Parts: sequence; structure tokens; C-alpha cells
Amino acid sequence: MIKNTGSKFIAWIDERYDLSPIRNLLQHKKVPAHKHSLWYYMGGVTLFLFLVQLFTGILLLLYYRPGEDSAYESVRFIITEVRFGWLIRNVHSWSANLLVFFAFVHMFSVFFSKAYEKPRELTWVTGFIILVFTLAFGFSGYLLPWNELAFFATKVGTDIVGVVPIIGEPLKTFLRGGEDVTGATLSRFFGIHVAILPAIFTVFLGLHLLFIQQQGMHEPDHFKNLPEEKKKYIPFFPDFALKDLLLWIVVFNLLIFLSLYFPWELGNKAEAFASAPAGIKPEWYFMFMFQSLKFLPAHILFLEGELVGVLFFGVAGFFWMIIPYIKIKNKPNWKIQPLTLIGIIVVAFIVIMTVVGYLI
Amino acid sequence: MKLDRRKFLNTLLGVGGIGGIVAVLYPVFSFLIPPKSAEPKVNSVKAGLSSELPTNSAKIIKFGREPVILIKTEDNQLKALSAGCTHLDCIVQYKTDTKQILCACHNGIYDLNGRNVSGPPPRPLEQFDVKVIQDEIVITKQG
Repeated sequence: MIKNTGSKFIAWIDERYDLSPIRNLLQHKKVPAHKHSLWYYMGGVTLFLFLVQLFTGILLLLYYRPGEDSAYESVRFIITEVRFGWLIRNVHSWSANLLVFFAFVHMFSVFFSKAYEKPRELTWVTGFIILVFTLAFGFSGYLLPWNELAFFATKVGTDIVGVVPIIGEPLKTFLRGGEDVTGATLSRFFGIHVAILPAIFTVFLGLHLLFIQQQGMHEPDHFKNLPEEKKKYIPFFPDFALKDLLLWIVVFNLLIFLSLYFPWELGNKAEAFASAPAGIKPEWYFMFMFQSLKFLPAHILFLEGELVGVLFFGVAGFFWMIIPYIKIKNKPNWKIQPLTLIGIIVVAFIVIMTVVGYLI
Repeated sequence: MKLDRRKFLNTLLGVGGIGGIVAVLYPVFSFLIPPKSAEPKVNSVKAGLSSELPTNSAKIIKFGREPVILIKTEDNQLKALSAGCTHLDCIVQYKTDTKQILCACHNGIYDLNGRNVSGPPPRPLEQFDVKVIQDEIVITKQG
């Protein structure tokens, strides 16, 4: 009966809005099956975690009150008074961290399989932009509980922006909503976190997904070179989609496990006129940059060390974004190709600096 | 030069269109820049009683919007220095064991005259004048 009503409803919609493009996509889309297929699922997991963020974020909005006198108190209220408030907040924090983690895994898997090459250049560029906005989400969300660690991390983070020549100072004032990190900064970060970023993010995410649907999954070289009859594919629907779903459920369980056993501390309320406590750390995904800046001397030639570091990361990030357009010739007698080598160095740098940041 | 009707109208529309966009964007961007707060300029502040500040200790006081660290050294000298680290603006603290000023964010270290001794700070901390008038500590900006 229900099935009948369902198909009647679909027929009703179909008659008016022509569902054949969707039907075609579902029927014909296929995904290559090979030894590196696992990496195809990383983007999906990232998307799933983004949906979790959207959902838990909206829930938190019902109780969170931005403001110097209310932000910390309202988060404390959420985790102590609101039923399951602690759970929602922990899931939001953990999901944010896993989201960044899987976004990085997704990005590097795309990089090493060279999936960004023609015709998928713009998928890479939009993906990179999404990553930058994801980090901005993390940075702006970190301040919202208005605790000591977040306060000083924001002070440092926005001060780093200030070292950029010409635009640095105005940008810093814009971000802080004044010269210092105050309640005005909190209001701004709140607006950025819950309105501006989601709006821009959704546009780029939409484009990113559209490009992927349009072009289908990338086939790595070792797969592409196989004779046609040896190429194995699985249908996107339902096979791949169900596997996707299975992984989402696994990640969801991991998320709940982490939220239950490793809750996020709220810490002490931020105070503008108190010494910074020891152990001020940014979130782990900024750690490698933070640690690199720490290693730089106060001055390099005639420039401040910080400025050199910031410019370096800015330029490196830009080149990373336009990598599909950079042509580096393959060296036939090299065991590892130059671009792969660059990727390995980048991963090694990020991992080592992050580990060092936590050990020192 | 002959200006035909189409060209004239296109130019008019173009100029008008750009004008319209600017008229919308200008207020929006102006709105984004925070107004300068009209706080009165502070030249000196009272920082409590000297007898109440223990030897070899320090406290952070508000000097207008600026944090200032007031230190009473072991030989009962009073020192006041800007408390915002010159590196990345974290607020510094007095280490009673090493008798140095530490910024915990990146382990920047200054001596008691505010000179950057080690770590990433590029400049010394700004010094303030300290006077004690009938046991009341008064901190004044130098110069």
C-alpha cells in the first residue's frame, strides 16, 4: 500500500517536473572498483560530518547567547542544565575536528592520485576554497565559548593577520571589531560563524558536488590503462551509496564514542586583563603553522620573522590551490615523480610540526 | 565623434549602474569597519597601595584599554611595563622564581627592564613611570 502510494507520488511529481535526469543519474552512474577505491569515500564522510555540524549547530543556537557576559555562561548552561546539552556540544566539537581531519585526508588522497588533473581542475579549486572556509569555521567557532584558551588563541591568531603588509592592520581591526579582542570580536565571530560562512560555504559546496556529479569519479592511471574488459565498476546506486552509508554509520559511532569518553572542557572564562596561562594552543589543525612561526627568529634579514612565516604560508597555500594549472615535467628515471615528492614533503612537514607542537 | 543613441544610452546605463553599485557597496563596507571608540586618553592611573603589594610579586592593571604589569621586585622596587607581549599581543606574567617576565603563549622572556631577552619577541616592552605618593602607586606614561 505504502509502496503504491509512494510510486504514485513520484509519478505525480514526474509528470509535472520531469525526473528523468535524476533517474538517469541513479541508473547509470558507476564507480570504478580497484585497490585504491577506499579513498573515494573520504569526501562523503566529510560531507556527512558537515551535515552533523549543521544540525548540531542549529540546536546549539537555540541556547547560545553571544556576548561578553553571556557567552561563557550560556555554554555552561548548555552543558550542565539543558537535557543532552553536553552531548550536543561535544558532538559539535568532535565533529568539527573529525571534519577537518577527513577533509585533509580527502584532499591528500585526491592530490596523490592526481585526480585534480584536467578536466577536474575546478573541483580541486572549489575543494580548496571549502577547506579554507572549514578552517575559518573552526577558528571562529573556537572563540564562541569565550574561555581563556580561546581568548588568547584568537588574540594571537588575529595578531598574526596584522603582520601582513598594508591590508594586515585594517583586516585585523575588521576581524576584531576594534583594536583589541573584546565582546565586539565575539559578536563578529558569531555572525561570521553562523551566517556569513554557512552562506558562502554552501555555494562552493554546491559547485563542488555539482562538478563531481557531472564528471563522475576520477579513474587513476593504473585503472585507466587496463583493457576495457578488465575494468570493474560498481553501480553508484545502490551499491556505492550503501557502502557510503555504512561508513557514515561507523563514523557516527566513532563520533558518539569520542563525545562520551572524551568530552571537551569548557575551562575558565576569558578575562581581558589577566596574564595568558601556560599552554595556549590553537586547535590542532593550526598547530603546524603556529609551531613553524615559533621556530622563526625575531628577525629574518630586515623583515620580522612572523611576516616571513605568514607570507610563506600564504604563497604556499596559493600554489597548492592552483596546482592543477602548474605543469611540472615527469622525470622518467625518477622513482618518485617531482609532484608526488612535493606532496610527501608537505605531509611530512605538517605531521612533524604538529607532533613537535604537542611535545614541546 | 558621432555619438549614436544606443551608445549614449549604454554609457548612461553603465555609469548609472556602476554608480548604483557603489552607492550600495560603500555604506556596506563602511558599516563593516568598527567605529573608533571615543575613550578618553589616559596618562596616569592609580594602582592601589604599595604596602598591599607583596615583595616579589606582580599584578596586571588597566591603563585605559592597555594592560600594564606592575612588579614589586625583591629589593622593593616598583616597575611598570606594558603587559602586551610585543610578539603576538598575549598578556605577560612575572615569574617569581626566575625574576623575569614571561609570555606563556610562545615562551617569550623579558628582563625586569622590559628588554626582550629570549624567544620570539622582536621589541622590548614599553616602560612606564611609577611614583608612590603617600603609599598610593601612580603609573604614568613616559615622554
